[in-house]
Amino acid sequence: MSVLRERVTWVWLALIGLTCATTWGLSKDLFSPVVAVVGNFLIAAVKVRYVMLDFMELRQAPLPVRAAFEAWPWVVAAIILGFWFATPAII
Amino acid sequence: MEGVWVFIGADSVIFAILFLSFMQDRLKNPAVFEASRHTLNMHLGGIDTLILLTSSWSVALAVQAMKRDEIDREPRLLFGGALTGLMFVVSKSFEYFQKFSHGLNPGTNPFFMWYFTLTGIHLLHVIAGTSLLTYLWVRSRRGTYDHLHKSVPESVASYWHLVDLLWVVLFPLLYLMRTA
Repeated sequence: MSVLRERVTWVWLALIGLTCATTWGLSKDLFSPVVAVVGNFLIAAVKVRYVMLDFMELRQAPLPVRAAFEAWPWVVAAIILGFWFATPAII
Repeated sequence: MEGVWVFIGADSVIFAILFLSFMQDRLKNPAVFEASRHTLNMHLGGIDTLILLTSSWSVALAVQAMKRDEIDREPRLLFGGALTGLMFVVSKSFEYFQKFSHGLNPGTNPFFMWYFTLTGIHLLHVIAGTSLLTYLWVRSRRGTYDHLHKSVPESVASYWHLVDLLWVVLFPLLYLMRTA
């Protein structure tokens, strides 16, 4: 079967696109630190979610297992962003 | 397979605690963390992310091939996964060499203690995963895996995707997180 017919190929292309957008776009000084950091971690959480659902095949997992794993990227992003907002700015 | 998922869950929780501890230390001294972050090569970190995502994709395709008994496709897809894993190890070794040659090491400051700890633990995961993928590649050349015999490659693949997703968080945490 052609790789272009595989869902994982389209997920991989989206993950590559998001990585390029955050590394070489969102992280430029063109964006404010809040936009860049919040954007980077929300996009990272989305990327992790799709790695779990499509590469790890958690889409087919029992609901409690899927829910526990799907919570992880959002909990991690919330912890990181919570501390980031609590950290004083450098003058 | 259940044992692998318990391991993946436990490893994910451990890394979440490490991320929290990193942020706690950053809270105490944001200036040192920001200045140190600027010494990292963001482009290399971005390329490392692309390498691991591509590796995961190749391994995911290999598992799909096993499910369909496309035995001829499996070796090259697993080889692709192992080769990209090796590329990550080479890239990270180059980065470590650069840091050490500039006198930067885990004792330099809290940021570099965390940088070497987090990337070091992750690199050990990558080395273990690359070794397992190489083993699968060798076995797949003998036609070992098909839709009835795929529990070992599926377990290794799930572990490899964990390695990928941990880096997806580690990269912005260490390389991209600007100060407010």
